[in-house]
Amino acid sequence: MTHTPLRHPTRSRQAAAAALSADVVVVGGGPAATWAALSAAESGADVVLADKGYCGTSGPTASGGTGVWYVEPRPAAREAAMASREGLGGYLADRRWMVRVLDQTYENMHRLGTEGRYPFPVVDGAQVRTGVQGPEYMRRMRAWIKRRGVRVLDHSPVLELLVDATGAVGGVAGYRRQQRRPYRVHAGAAVVATGGCAFGSGALGTNVDTGDGALMAAEVGAALSGMEFSNAYGIAPAFTSVTKSAYYNFASFFHPDGTPLEGAGSQRGRSVIARALLRGAVYCQLDQADAATQAAMRRGQPNFFLTFHRLGINPFTDRFPVTLLLEGTVRGTGGIRVVDGDCATGVPGLYAAGDAATRELICGGFTGGGSHNSAWAMSSGTWAGRAAARHALGMRGTAGHPRLRPAGEAGLRPTGPATAGVDDRMVREVLAAYVHPYDRNYLRHGDRLAPALAALDEAWTALRAGLGGGSGDDPDPVPARQAAAMVAHARWMYTSALARSESRGMHKREDHPDTDPGQWHRLVVGGLDEVHVDTDPVRPALATAS
Amino acid sequence: MIEIVSAGRCIGCDVCVAVCPTNVFDPAPGGGPPVIARQTDCQTCFMCEAYCPVDALFVAPHACPLPTSSPLLDEEYLAASGLLGSYRNEIGWGRGRTPGARTAVGPPLPPAHITTAVGRSADPLIPEGATGA
Ligand SMILES: Cc1cc2nc3c(=O)[nH]c(=O)nc-3n(C[C@H](O)[C@H](O)[C@H](O)COP(=O)(O)OP(=O)(O)OC[C@H]3O[C@@H](n4cnc5c(N)ncnc54)[C@H](O)[C@@H]3O)c2cc1C
Ligand code: SF4
Ligand code: SF4
Repeated sequence: MTHTPLRHPTRSRQAAAAALSADVVVVGGGPAATWAALSAAESGADVVLADKGYCGTSGPTASGGTGVWYVEPRPAAREAAMASREGLGGYLADRRWMVRVLDQTYENMHRLGTEGRYPFPVVDGAQVRTGVQGPEYMRRMRAWIKRRGVRVLDHSPVLELLVDATGAVGGVAGYRRQQRRPYRVHAGAAVVATGGCAFGSGALGTNVDTGDGALMAAEVGAALSGMEFSNAYGIAPAFTSVTKSAYYNFASFFHPDGTPLEGAGSQRGRSVIARALLRGAVYCQLDQADAATQAAMRRGQPNFFLTFHRLGINPFTDRFPVTLLLEGTVRGTGGIRVVDGDCATGVPGLYAAGDAATRELICGGFTGGGSHNSAWAMSSGTWAGRAAARHALGMRGTAGHPRLRPAGEAGLRPTGPATAGVDDRMVREVLAAYVHPYDRNYLRHGDRLAPALAALDEAWTALRAGLGGGSGDDPDPVPARQAAAMVAHARWMYTSALARSESRGMHKREDHPDTDPGQWHRLVVGGLDEVHVDTDPVRPALATAS
Repeated sequence: MIEIVSAGRCIGCDVCVAVCPTNVFDPAPGGGPPVIARQTDCQTCFMCEAYCPVDALFVAPHACPLPTSSPLLDEEYLAASGLLGSYRNEIGWGRGRTPGARTAVGPPLPPAHITTAVGRSADPLIPEGATGA
């Protein structure tokens, strides 16, 4: 085994980055990362998993829990499941991928209940496997990968990828926050499973999701797809974080004067809520649930009710103010483009899984929240981990360590001296002004998107030149790097949104309200200083017939 | 946001320091209750509460720090009202409890209701028939 800690020869003694060696390094600590680590380990690889937070509590699945796209393998049930969001997604999903994800998810959920020891509820003698409670699921995943010998580094955000002279990925470099020191992992392959990007909106469990993996992948040449479908907003009681949305299906919405907010609803009518919030407060009451439903709701999602309990609100009988928080590519679908069924990115040694990767393949342009995303996380994680292991094990024989170059740029290695005022605070202000607002990102219009993109481009230029490293007496390089990742994400998002001059899926343009049959294709976006967008030559397969 | 580390209850195990995904706590230099070192980094995810073995932590549901007058800063009130430790209790973590996951079966979800001009009122005097369901 290759466990010997090494020291990187070119660093000074003081800043020496502790280095580990592994076959596969998994970046992230949510469902996608843990399934990737598990399948890589089961494929015979020596695995290190590095999480920004704590693997087991970090990310929205851990804190929120998820419904899962778990469908019995009966043809009629599978057909209905695949057809359900196809139209909503603008026919950009691919049936071949849906079939694979449904099969893999079915298998994984079974394993979770047996080998993973997850305590699924039992009704009429059968386990109910259509959802998981977050803290329990992720605690079990952590325990499971540890039993499989995966080494877990908590509080160790990865900052950048390491590449060899051919451009292949050979490891990662990051920062151990609780030890306040840099570290490296040298590995034959890396899986990026860093989640989506919610732009620091405060939506439940998403503050760790700042799009770091997409930036790292783009820096080594990977492309992104579906970035125009990145404007998901979740409903939450005002002034709180809890964007658990399912139960708002039972809600009515009201103006502050108590009159009904006509047309408002949790799904189709969410834009009505956004418009009303631009003018003032919106109130809500879960008045469509009878007593039996209420009791089931309390059992189903205790954390939904936690907030109300502590606020002293009975959501079934009281009216409470609500807000919409940006969930970006967490419940949107954009992410790193995958080039094959292994979730390879096209960059040798680099794989992508979960929300870090595009979910257009199974969701099209519609949200993957509620079921598809969780299924994608465990399926893509399984495939990416297995393929990464195969790639890395094939390289085990190669003598010695290749010379590795750190690939990180924006927010890490500014091209000039640090500039006063260019910091992560500045970036958060830009995001608050141009990315969070409903009339920029949700209710889209070219006349509002273009100036927003210009402001983001300007922020990018400034941070590229003058942002990097810690500030003051805090050596933590992570906030600056996260700031750069969020700006990069927003630029890909708006560039794609401007290129798609139609409405499709969750991307709705007020200046192009109709769907244009001529734009039935996916958009591939990439680039850092220069962002470019192209039509994906791969067309979605709408049927599985061979 | 995280508001309370109860010095009376805390056993200094530092589990919260380890599990908080946004690294909000620092261990106390000389042992004892951890310090809320970076409150504004708290993402109100309630995970620390779920893991604290003695219900010594309280996370207020608000995404901003509470005003000092808030009753949610009063540990005695929180304990008396059952709010302290309520999340851990709900998810059935802790010795002798049944994991909440075992019973977490929600209701079937209907398509989302759309509010109509004559919305259903909370007022029981307005007849059900007045809704435009
Ligand atoms: C409130 C809410 C409810 C949801 N409900 C559902 C649902 O019911 N059904 C459904 O299918 N989907 C749902 N979703 C979406 C679902 O939560 C995500 O799709 C899922 O969590 C994705 O898993 P992931 O592993 O890809 O990423 P995440 O769960 O976001 O995990 C990302 C991980 O990467 C780590 N990380 C980030 N950056 C770095 C870095 N630089 N270095 C190292 N580690 C890093 C983070 O710490 C975290 O551990 C919901 C989302 C939200 C916000
Ligand atoms: S987890 Fe609870 S008992 Fe342990 S240190 Fe934190 S507050 Fe104290
Ligand atoms: S609520 Fe979440 S983010 Fe806040 S202190 Fe607790 S674990 Fe950390």
